[in-house]
Amino acid sequence: MSIMSDQNQKETTPEKQEYNITVYTENQIGLLSRIAIIFTRRKINIDSLNTSPSEIESIHRFNIVINETEDVVRKVTRQIEKQVEVLKVYYHTNEDVIWQEMALYKVPTDTIAEKALVERLLRENGARAVLIRKDYTVFETTGHRSETDSLIAALQPFGLIEFVRSARIAIIKDSDGFNRKLREFERIEPGQEPVENEYLNDRDKVFSM
Amino acid sequence: METAQQEVLTEQEASSGIELTGSAALLEGLLVEGVDTIFGYPGGAIMPIYDALYDYKEKLNHILVRHEQGGIHAGQGYARTSGKVGVVFATSGPGATNLVTGLADAQIDSTPLVCITGQVFAHLLGTDAFQEIDVINITAPVTKWNYQVTDATEIPEILAKAFYIARSGRPGPVLIDITKNAQIQKFNFQGYKPCNHIRSYRPKPIVRKEYIEQAAELINAAKKPFVLWGQGVLLGSAEQEFRTFIEKTGIPSAWTILGAGAIESDHELNVGMLGMHGNYGPNVLTNECDVLIAIGMRFDDRVTGRLDKYAKQAKVIHLDIDPAEIDKNVQTTVPVWGDCKETLPILTELCEAKQHTEWLEKFRSYQKEEQTQLITNELFPTSEELTMGEVIQILNEITKGEAVMVTDVGQHQMVTCRYAKFNKTRSNVTSGGLGTMGFALPAAIGAKYGAPDRTVFAIIGDGGVQMTIQELGTIMQFGVDVKIIVLNNQFLGMVRQWQELFNERRYSFVDITSPNFVKVAEAYGIPGTSVSKREDLRTAIESMLNTQGSFFLEVMVTKENNVFPMVPQGCSVSEIRLK
Repeated sequence: MSIMSDQNQKETTPEKQEYNITVYTENQIGLLSRIAIIFTRRKINIDSLNTSPSEIESIHRFNIVINETEDVVRKVTRQIEKQVEVLKVYYHTNEDVIWQEMALYKVPTDTIAEKALVERLLRENGARAVLIRKDYTVFETTGHRSETDSLIAALQPFGLIEFVRSARIAIIKDSDGFNRKLREFERIEPGQEPVENEYLNDRDKVFSM
Repeated sequence: METAQQEVLTEQEASSGIELTGSAALLEGLLVEGVDTIFGYPGGAIMPIYDALYDYKEKLNHILVRHEQGGIHAGQGYARTSGKVGVVFATSGPGATNLVTGLADAQIDSTPLVCITGQVFAHLLGTDAFQEIDVINITAPVTKWNYQVTDATEIPEILAKAFYIARSGRPGPVLIDITKNAQIQKFNFQGYKPCNHIRSYRPKPIVRKEYIEQAAELINAAKKPFVLWGQGVLLGSAEQEFRTFIEKTGIPSAWTILGAGAIESDHELNVGMLGMHGNYGPNVLTNECDVLIAIGMRFDDRVTGRLDKYAKQAKVIHLDIDPAEIDKNVQTTVPVWGDCKETLPILTELCEAKQHTEWLEKFRSYQKEEQTQLITNELFPTSEELTMGEVIQILNEITKGEAVMVTDVGQHQMVTCRYAKFNKTRSNVTSGGLGTMGFALPAAIGAKYGAPDRTVFAIIGDGGVQMTIQELGTIMQFGVDVKIIVLNNQFLGMVRQWQELFNERRYSFVDITSPNFVKVAEAYGIPGTSVSKREDLRTAIESMLNTQGSFFLEVMVTKENNVFPMVPQGCSVSEIRLK
């Protein structure tokens, strides 16, 4: 019975942490709502949600960030994958993805002009001016949440007028992209090649049909 | 349904196309899908479809219900007894919102439905037009799939997708919302092609033999294996494969209420019903078995009781078509993904032929204890007042377990599921997951259309029958042969039972008054009678069965009887109480 025991013993991490959920979908009106209610029904807050095209034309990609235990994340991803227009769902911890968020800061121009400190601060944070006017200047920076956050705190004393941050986008470190998988989906009969069954080989890591 | 596709267009028409309205194209599609019965209710936004239906009266039998909720429950009843997709029509706004309870019920009980709702003109969407409601968003959580059509040319393809999605994989309800302009719009109809593939949708997971081998290894080594089966066996039409499996392996098997009837009640390996009001042995021995084999069931909380004390000693094998069910509530040792019609034969082949006589004997001894302490009193009472159980006992004696039992929700439902004999598959039609009171009367109408050659009983409580009693009008108008039995204990009995057991008999709003049901039935032209004495009961049931067409029988039963055994909420299955 040794074949079963290793899987049986594997415990999932019980602590909550950030998970990046990547959803490959068809482009369909109403799908965003169907995906969103899977979270709201379970009273899970969506920290960040981004929709974008993927590497394949006509296939869309959602990046969703939630702070939950792995058990909850796994169950939620399976529910998302049940949606008819969803092709595939993956989830990863922050370690397994490269992620970025973009932020914009509007600061009074005279303050920056007067105080060299502010300009240095912005440069140190990798911020770049995207618009300079007499009355205000807009800076842009891209990075992790902690980086964009610390810049808000730093700019606050200098009269930060407006701030906005985008949703997170994430690239999966060990993904080969979706092209090969899509070809499998396009076949009418599923092939014998169990490409959609990674979960069975590595149950805790990946969910799949 | 898959085999009965008829060619409705001539070859020439199919190649060059014909000019049709969206409404006519929809009805053509229904014919190709083999639809014969529609349950529905017209209204402003679906009028073009109803106008087209006027020309299809000979081919499509439309049953005018009395409320859209009745329509969808009838669709469910039809799907459950026939195994086909139930079809329901409703108008926009209130027509559509009245479907929501039935959609939720069908979603949680995996019932295949295609619901068509009318919608206001596309240019009025979002303007708070008369009877406009955002039905797509309202029904998103309670449908397997839904779609709004605003252009007639989409209709054939969307309808084909709807039928494919509703019946494939784990079945479920689908809703198509069609704006009025799309119903009226004429277009070049090129024929209707049923759908058999959607790129983003995999109805069946790929069967992995190595996991079936592991499952067989566990089963072959097991000393006390125990099978739990659910509706998946029925939905997959895998009754024969299931029978072969348990008969070869000799494993005692218990059922969820939606799985009832896959094998006959008196089969020697059928050890009874699972769950809160299930049988004594199956509940207690869940916590004693060494290998638990769950087939097409989803470990509902009413089946498992307290999860952290559920079958912790056992290795769990879970066969299911829906990957999201594996490890959802109970952690499996070996998952067997797939349609059990395909996986069970492979598993059976790998399993050794066995008998588990001693282990089976354990179930028998619990059965005997339950029989003497409880069942005998319920089925053959010596008290003056009638019990629900004795009504079911007489039905068993007369129908020999051949009838369809449609139940509502509450005490009468548990009593029927516990005591009725189910000797045929698709015999127990009940609202399982959602627990919808008011389900039985309309569902029985649909059940009769789905199984016209079978006797259909609607067994309902005095509370539930008053929730959808208007459907007596449908029974009257269409002469539906449904034998209605109301088990009247003058209480909302299940809630009262809980108040007695857990709320110190504080009977808060469970005392319900009923009209003179026999007179109500009579007003609808349905013959009926009410009995309260034992000596009249059998005669009344016999005369009900000898009456052509529908009949309404009210049985006055003991007011404060409780359904036992019971696993109190929050308790383990092994803490099941006999009183």
